[in-house]
Amino acid sequence: MSMNNLLITPVVIPLFTGMVLILFQRNIRLQRVLSLVALLVTSVISVLLMNQIRSGGIQTLQLGGWEAPFGISFVGDMFSAMLLLATSVVSICCLLYAFPSIGRKQEKLYFYPLFLFLVTGVNGSFLTGDLFNLYVFFEVFLVASYVLITMGGDKRQLGESLKYIFTNIISSAFFLMGIAYLYSITGTLNLAHLSIRIAEVGQDGLITTVAFLFLIVFALKAGLLLYYWLPGSYSVPPTAIAAIFAALLTKVGIYAIFRMFTLIFYHEPQITHLLIGILAAITMVLGGLGAIGYWDLRKILTFNVVISVGFIMAGLVSLTPEGITGSIYYLVHDMLIKALVFLVGGTIIHITGTSNLKEISGLIRHHPRLGWMFFIAALSMVGIPPLSGFLGKVFITQGSFEAGYYWLGGIGLLASLFILYSMIKIFMNAFWGETTLSVEEEKGTTKGLLLPIALLTIASLTLGIGAEGIADYVSQAAEELLNPNLYIHAVFD
Amino acid sequence: METLIVILVGILISIGTYLILSRQLLRIVLGSSIISHAVNLLIITSGGLKTGSPPLLGEKVASFTDAIPQALILTAIVINFAVTALVLVLCYRSYQNFGTDDMEQLRGNEHE
Repeated sequence: MSMNNLLITPVVIPLFTGMVLILFQRNIRLQRVLSLVALLVTSVISVLLMNQIRSGGIQTLQLGGWEAPFGISFVGDMFSAMLLLATSVVSICCLLYAFPSIGRKQEKLYFYPLFLFLVTGVNGSFLTGDLFNLYVFFEVFLVASYVLITMGGDKRQLGESLKYIFTNIISSAFFLMGIAYLYSITGTLNLAHLSIRIAEVGQDGLITTVAFLFLIVFALKAGLLLYYWLPGSYSVPPTAIAAIFAALLTKVGIYAIFRMFTLIFYHEPQITHLLIGILAAITMVLGGLGAIGYWDLRKILTFNVVISVGFIMAGLVSLTPEGITGSIYYLVHDMLIKALVFLVGGTIIHITGTSNLKEISGLIRHHPRLGWMFFIAALSMVGIPPLSGFLGKVFITQGSFEAGYYWLGGIGLLASLFILYSMIKIFMNAFWGETTLSVEEEKGTTKGLLLPIALLTIASLTLGIGAEGIADYVSQAAEELLNPNLYIHAVFD
Repeated sequence: METLIVILVGILISIGTYLILSRQLLRIVLGSSIISHAVNLLIITSGGLKTGSPPLLGEKVASFTDAIPQALILTAIVINFAVTALVLVLCYRSYQNFGTDDMEQLRGNEHE
């Protein structure tokens, strides 16, 4: 059995760095440097992992030397490793944005340790091969997010945060319920073992019902139809925090849905995947209506998060190599681009002091770089070639059509129009028009804020233009997702 | 026995649901706490109640009680404890700062 100790490092490094940083609460410089170093090391490790998986197949680690299914397995397939890398890039950029913007007070209130714990939980969720362990890592990043979202704390923020926290407490209770049911039916919690046992006994009505329970739980986290909490809670915290939430937290829910419905509950796609497809379609339409209906910058951006969740799910529904490939491209693209637009949006609010688009005008005169980077991000979200959203859109649409889900592919294309309209609305209102604010009247400066935005723009451009270079990685990830035996063999042999 | 416990879980969940539907923060906290406890009870039932001797390693005992659900709820209880403590602090803060424990009034002015 091959063991790869590198797999635990993306969890351990941010965790221990965060724990050490609690001790150095007052030394802000040290906190900044160490958290940046920890995330840089994690990103290097995720590149190493990607290459190991490329040459040696899915990597596993049995924690404590307990053989699966008795111990907890860590499994790194290409899908997880790519998400790890995207997580690292996004978190580095959000951290760089937080340096000048988050404020001394938050920095002393353990912002950096909490940020690292959030990354710990997200990385752990991507890597674990055990259902209960997945719950634990969900809780790790959720508890960190509970504290981060309340930071600052005006009245509206506290109200929205409480809504977010209670929603997640209830969905965690449902998660545990699902675990209890699945354990009493199958007698195991190891994902690979669950896959074997359910394939043996067949996915009957009872197991499909439990699958729906998990779908509810992860749909709540991902914002798939059950996104009612999302626009409120993602628009209240400080920009760096809102950006990392938008980029990472819903994506963990999406990851979990992909994992569960390609590895374990894949036997009845005409029921489960069709339902996901219907949810995805409704999500795209409602998200689109929200995005074009509001005039609040942050609301528009949060509804765009919702649309993309539905769109990524459409690739899963098709269960074709093209569809899954498209979802992976789009998921990685979406992590980068959502962080990017949230950072730009936050910067606009920082400059003008308002999030109402009707009160903002002509920013491009004094902030051309910000404007053009937002424009690139907007085109990329819509899927204009050669930017990063393009390939994902093409493959997802192709996959949906090939699988016969014409309505889903059609709604996906319609959703692109909603995205186009809403992003261009922001661009035209905020950046075009008469310049109403002189440089002296601006509420804040962009000093130091443009670097992380530029880095994310470059990352997104690289992903789009260099798509050929990662094509092999993505197709391997799609193959592993569509063939559960690869995962099972990696864990048990 | 299992059936009885599952019915009890159902009753507890109903009580929890009733409580979280109210507007007062403290009731919501209590409701979510009761739901979490109900779920813990469900997990312990999922392994089967009283199916054998204590889960100690030995050669003579033929059947063991499943130890995994117990390990699971131990973890779940700890996590639930921490989250409940955090939420209680937040509720206290909102009461202290804004003088209300009513979710409706915490919406702030910006809400449409």
